[in-house]
Amino acid sequence: MIHVTRRYRFSASHRLHAPGLSDAENRELYGKCNNPFGHGHNYELQVSVRGPLEARSGRAVDTGLLDELVRRQVLEPFEHRNLNEEVEAFRSVVPTSENLGREVVRRLKRNWRSVFPEEWPRLERVCIAETSRNIFEVSPHEIE
Amino acid sequence: MLITRKVEFSASHVCRNPLLSEEENRALFGPAANPHGHGHNYVLEVTVEGTPDPVSGMVLDLKQLKEILNREVVGPYDHRFLNHEVPPFDRVVPTAENIAIDIWNRLQPHFSNAHGRLHGVRIYETPDLYVDYFGDRP
Repeated sequence: MIHVTRRYRFSASHRLHAPGLSDAENRELYGKCNNPFGHGHNYELQVSVRGPLEARSGRAVDTGLLDELVRRQVLEPFEHRNLNEEVEAFRSVVPTSENLGREVVRRLKRNWRSVFPEEWPRLERVCIAETSRNIFEVSPHEIE
Repeated sequence: MLITRKVEFSASHVCRNPLLSEEENRALFGPAANPHGHGHNYVLEVTVEGTPDPVSGMVLDLKQLKEILNREVVGPYDHRFLNHEVPPFDRVVPTAENIAIDIWNRLQPHFSNAHGRLHGVRIYETPDLYVDYFGDRP
């Protein structure tokens, strides 16, 4: 099996604020990430897929197809957006990078078969780097 | 315990399958099918697995690992046109996938249990595309 990873970037803003908690509790929990006006990051996204080598192309995945799927499902909807205000999933879910990684997996899984109808390649891992020091990995098996 | 060593080499390649037509190659490989070839600064990370020797405190002699990587990979690959100068790429398309497999095959015979086991190779074709290969393991 071959494992192929592509790296992408997008910039977006967010605010960490849990509606179930008081303002004071939110400030205590999220610190400066709770700033009411939000703040932004240059996110780095890695998408890893796994599959056998295809004899005709000598490749395990058509990266052009993968790029197009990621562009349509993730980069375009997230690029230069306020995640809390402009991405439906984060109206009710705090856009931590943990939840952002899960949302990316959900979007890729939901549309995977339309782009890759065969058994392979399969989505293996999504990795979100909020900054170069905070990195979050999500396996598709963790997401329904 | 896993130990990773990194080396770099620069090489050119062209991605074309001789069994396919010009149009099919262009459709499949895009600009990488340009017959004159193009180049990359490849980055190779080789990971070895083992337990530290009780006397030396080392899994393997890193100097030896560096020599193996230079002799088996950097020497043959660096500043070469892979399709024309580095077998098996006269008959195998030098995609990052096939390069990872070839590097694994070149390195594998040099690792016995005494010197740590070859765990994986990771080859970056660009900073935004890399391939991991772990031999027969899934």
